[in-house]
Amino acid sequence: MKRGLILWLPLALILMLFAVFWVGLHRQENHDIASQMVGKPLPLFTAPAALPGQPGAATADFRDGKPRLLNVFASWCVPCVAEVPVLMRLKAMGVEVVGIAVHDTAPALDQFLARNGNPYARIGSDDQSRIQLALGSSGVPETFVIDGQGRIVKQHIGVVGEGDVPELLAALGQKP
Amino acid sequence: MRWFAALLAAMLLAAPATAQNSIAPTPAAPDYAEVSLADPVKEKQALALMDNIRCVVCQGQPVSGSNADLAGDMRRIIRERIGAGETPEQVRAWLVSKYGAWVSFKPPLEPRTAPLWLVPLLALAIGLWLLMRRLKWDRLKGAKS
Repeated sequence: MKRGLILWLPLALILMLFAVFWVGLHRQENHDIASQMVGKPLPLFTAPAALPGQPGAATADFRDGKPRLLNVFASWCVPCVAEVPVLMRLKAMGVEVVGIAVHDTAPALDQFLARNGNPYARIGSDDQSRIQLALGSSGVPETFVIDGQGRIVKQHIGVVGEGDVPELLAALGQKP
Repeated sequence: MRWFAALLAAMLLAAPATAQNSIAPTPAAPDYAEVSLADPVKEKQALALMDNIRCVVCQGQPVSGSNADLAGDMRRIIRERIGAGETPEQVRAWLVSKYGAWVSFKPPLEPRTAPLWLVPLLALAIGLWLLMRRLKWDRLKGAKS
């Protein structure tokens, strides 16, 4: 009886392995890569102005006691268009949005903002993704909530939708 | 066939000219996303690390094998940091501090990843045990008959 059971063991193991593969292949996985910088101070950077008419961005701007949003975006990023109206609404509520434009050019950015609206108080240019890498950001768009002391308190990966507004306002310490 | 050879020769001759026009910005500041480090030892270290760091936008690929802009930017940072005297493990640790262990193709040994390291050892142990049992059994049977 005992020997008989042991003979079935390899088959049982193989079936178990297949079950693991099956589950692994069919699970809807979340491929977002969370930044390890949440909870840490904003890395030091100085980003030159991406547009002639608007100031650039630097870490020092985030240490004046006012919480802000740091929005990593690009004019070539199609989903970024979708969040502009929401960012405009946040701006209307008194939220300051600082933009970091990744791999962008002034003319393309100008066109993007003319077409979709400009929610940004400042836009820094990040030609070589140095700021993006320092933030632990892995794509566009991503939005970080920075508290008044220049600490990263929250990372939002992907488009900011209407539904994300309450959560962002809460992280900013602002009442809706 | 001759026209093909001529075309090939023309392309080979033309390539350096276009490369100089479009890629190399100034000889003083090479763009390390695509340009090797001058020091062959450091370049080798940098290339080995690039094979071992995951591109954050094209998640299945190492940064060495991806055409994505961000992969190029990661290669640039790797070359710059190694060029400046950091060890590959220091650069890896810097990237892990930004993106987590996920970014490295060398998983660390920690409780969450322990099965990854222990299962092969366990499988080997079970295999050896089965083999030894079997051999002993065969010997007993051989002695009996």
